Amino acid sequence: MSLLADLFTILAVSAGVFFFFAGTVGLLRFPDTLTRLHALTKADNLGLGLVVLGLLPQLGSVLAGLKLVFIWVLVQIASAGASQLLAGLAKRQPEETREEAP
Amino acid sequence: MSEPFALLLTLLVLLTAGWIVTVRERRAAVFGFIAYGLLLALVWIRLAAVDVALTEAAIGGGATGVLLLRVSARLGSIRGMSAPPGLATRWIAGVLCAGVSLALMALVLALPDPAPSLAAAAMEPIGRTGLGNPVTAVLLAYRALDTFLEIIVLLLALIGVWSLGADRFWGGEPAAWRTGPPSPALVFLARVLPPFGIVIAGYLFWIGADEPGGKFQASTILAAMWLLAMMAGLAPPPRTGARGLRAALVAGPLVFLAIGFAGLWWADGFLAYPDAFAKPLIILIEAALAVSIVAALALMVAGPAERLPRR
Amino acid sequence: MTPLVSAATLFGLCASGMVGIGLYGLIVLPDALRKLLAFNILGSGVFILFGVIGRRGAAAGLDGDPVPQAIVITGIVVAFSATALAATLLLKISDAENEPEDGGKDEP
Repeated sequence: MSLLADLFTILAVSAGVFFFFAGTVGLLRFPDTLTRLHALTKADNLGLGLVVLGLLPQLGSVLAGLKLVFIWVLVQIASAGASQLLAGLAKRQPEETREEAP
Repeated sequence: MSEPFALLLTLLVLLTAGWIVTVRERRAAVFGFIAYGLLLALVWIRLAAVDVALTEAAIGGGATGVLLLRVSARLGSIRGMSAPPGLATRWIAGVLCAGVSLALMALVLALPDPAPSLAAAAMEPIGRTGLGNPVTAVLLAYRALDTFLEIIVLLLALIGVWSLGADRFWGGEPAAWRTGPPSPALVFLARVLPPFGIVIAGYLFWIGADEPGGKFQASTILAAMWLLAMMAGLAPPPRTGARGLRAALVAGPLVFLAIGFAGLWWADGFLAYPDAFAKPLIILIEAALAVSIVAALALMVAGPAERLPRR
Repeated sequence: MTPLVSAATLFGLCASGMVGIGLYGLIVLPDALRKLLAFNILGSGVFILFGVIGRRGAAAGLDGDPVPQAIVITGIVVAFSATALAATLLLKISDAENEPEDGGKDEP
């Protein structure tokens, strides 16, 4: 049972880390603000979700699990709002944000 | 698990610090500083100081970050405080600072091995305070005078910030962030997050007696929620001359001082608590302090009055 | 040496580096807001150094000495107050310098 839980944790957290990595690569490689934001928010929200999911079987109590899920929900709301704001800003001043593609 | 992670964290912190100092753009440096504050919070967790980690993330990263973003957006070109240094000056400064770092490193490596510690002294009388979190016990019982002076510093700094506004606006509203209609996303955040923020702040405040948390962390979250509502235009910034606001600002120090002096006759001395009531008194002081800290932090970030008081 | 102790020492070395970087920025950067950031880096290095010493003082069933931790919390709040005051002062200076319409007026 515990072996199974550990295996699940390792798999889910590794998958989460992979998505974080992909999002960061996107942030570094994509040409402009909007595509970078897209890569970051999509990949990081999924990555964090997977990390949280993977950690759930390792917790002792339901309450601790709920707190973790709650953190994930808050990060979702905050990052969705923040990226909307950044995207709006990027749309209003497109000249400044456009950079040469790597 | 600890070693590689600590090494990675050390490298990240040093790289970010170096980037903040060397990057060309002012605003980029401010963004770097926010990330740096969050990295420091991780370092504090690795140092087993969760209370400090929460404070660093909330104040060092969050509050300082918002403040500096506001200032850097408003700041026009100002003359440099010193001429851009030549290559020779930079080299000399670099060598000297590296010397300072190396000397500190030598000191760190030479720290005495059974490290001196006040942990035992802090734990021994903790039963008398009714608290479970030794950090809270230090802040509000053993070294309550420090905490009292700290809230005074906070108020003095706020008075300093207010005094830098123009005379004709004294007692008016801070004008921060009202440059146009707020974006719908911001309004959405300002509607959705505050209920969560208030619950989390209440939780942190209450649990601070026994677990990591406490009034500073809780107050910073509440101040952030208030600022968010102000930025989104959902709550008007308060008049800095308003009676209620002034009362909130002095509530903490006054309650603290009153209980402190009461200690002269019902306990052993100034800022001493009678054992039977130690915990309720500490909670009372913390609650009053929290009100003042929320107001002081939010208004320091919002800046001095820049509009006439409403009639 | 147990792994935990050397992690604390590592952060001590990190803090020493932070103090050096902050000091360098404070001396070399001409822009006042950047000086303020550098000063904060210097200060946080000192705080971490304090935390490392507190971590090494783990005793009595605690993971660290609570006294330095409490003092550092106070320190972080005071550092924020000082930063807020300094930043507002900078805005005031910038407003005062940019008030006359012709930009070259402060040239002698």
